[in-house]
Amino acid sequence: MASGSIYVTETPLVSYVLRRADDALVLGHRLSEWCGRAPTMEEELALANMGLDLIGQARSLYSHAAAVEAAGHDEDAYAYRRDERGYRNLLLVEQPNGDFACTILRQFLYAAFAEPYWRAMTASCDSTLAAIAAKAEKEMAYHVRHSAEWAIRLGNGTAESRARMEAALERLWTFTGELFEADGIDEAVIVHGIGIAPHTLHHGWRETVARVFAQATLILPKDGYMRKGGRRGQHSEHLGHMLAEMQYLQRALPDATW
Amino acid sequence: MVTSATIVEAPLAKARRIAGAVVDPEIPVLTIADLGVLRDVRIAGETVEVDITPTYSGCPAMNMIAVEIELALAGAGFVKTRVNSVLSPTWTTDWMSDEGRRKLSEYGIAPPQKGAGRRALFGVDEVACPRCGSANTTEIAAFGPTSCKSLWRCNRCQEPFDYFKCH
Repeated sequence: MASGSIYVTETPLVSYVLRRADDALVLGHRLSEWCGRAPTMEEELALANMGLDLIGQARSLYSHAAAVEAAGHDEDAYAYRRDERGYRNLLLVEQPNGDFACTILRQFLYAAFAEPYWRAMTASCDSTLAAIAAKAEKEMAYHVRHSAEWAIRLGNGTAESRARMEAALERLWTFTGELFEADGIDEAVIVHGIGIAPHTLHHGWRETVARVFAQATLILPKDGYMRKGGRRGQHSEHLGHMLAEMQYLQRALPDATW
Repeated sequence: MVTSATIVEAPLAKARRIAGAVVDPEIPVLTIADLGVLRDVRIAGETVEVDITPTYSGCPAMNMIAVEIELALAGAGFVKTRVNSVLSPTWTTDWMSDEGRRKLSEYGIAPPQKGAGRRALFGVDEVACPRCGSANTTEIAAFGPTSCKSLWRCNRCQEPFDYFKCH
């Protein structure tokens, strides 16, 4: 049945690529939810542009996963025909937009990881991943700069903006540990020089975050309990709702085109 | 004596000229040859194979460009066309031709600075106003109306303008 979910043959490489593709798609979709709601025209454009970058990265990654899986799936099948439990994204990126401070902080925490991640991936033995990485690292560099500028402005701004940044930090920090996790699936890919070990990026990420927080006069939290599970399809309650809206049309009218 | 062979354009050269003349739908003064998006044109049997490279990961113009290439070649008598997207080597604004940069500037968009390696992304210290040439300009917004542009303002002539970002 065309409207049903697809079955993905998750070899380590397919899973590795889908995990990164899902990060990009889910965060890109979250940013698209801001369309028409941003606080200023410039931010409307910025959020939409960043969302577009991420959805573009997702499309390239899904196409690569399709070629590797070789099961007749395409980018749309991965995006629209997998259930919540089939998604492999980080919990951080599926968290709701909240207010502007929350969206900006989520973007900064992810981008400060993704920029050096993709830079390292330009040396991947998988030439397609290396090529995707070469674009993504430049795009994420723009995201880091933009979100960091706002994090500083809000953290070091009014009592209201600062309180909102602190609340966002309280809400999101617990999802940052997952950025640096690698399980057996990731390691099977990393060992071949196709992926990179995320824990090697932790120190640099913390330095970036600490530098920006110092300017924002925000206090860098201690690493306490970290929530995980997204890579295995165990998501927070928010992803299902997002997918219900994102996938509705393709589920209701399979293979609809326009 | 001029023979017909010297007058009739070879099919490959013709296909290359026609594909290369397709313009960017967002910046209609630039052809895909100017942009460095056109990578290769081959003829295999009855099929014209065209390789293009995406600019920004999410640039919506790429689908449009692929359709325009097919239409242009069909209009010139090439029956079958296949447009391939080639990711590697990765497109950079350094591939934009000098002709392309000149046309962009005349159109009112400040061309990307050369040496667009990643470190140069944020090394933009001055962007000259495409209207009056003044280097006394300010960035208004890092993300502009399309993925490839940011918004600037000239402090001398007071005109706002787009800057084609380094990539």
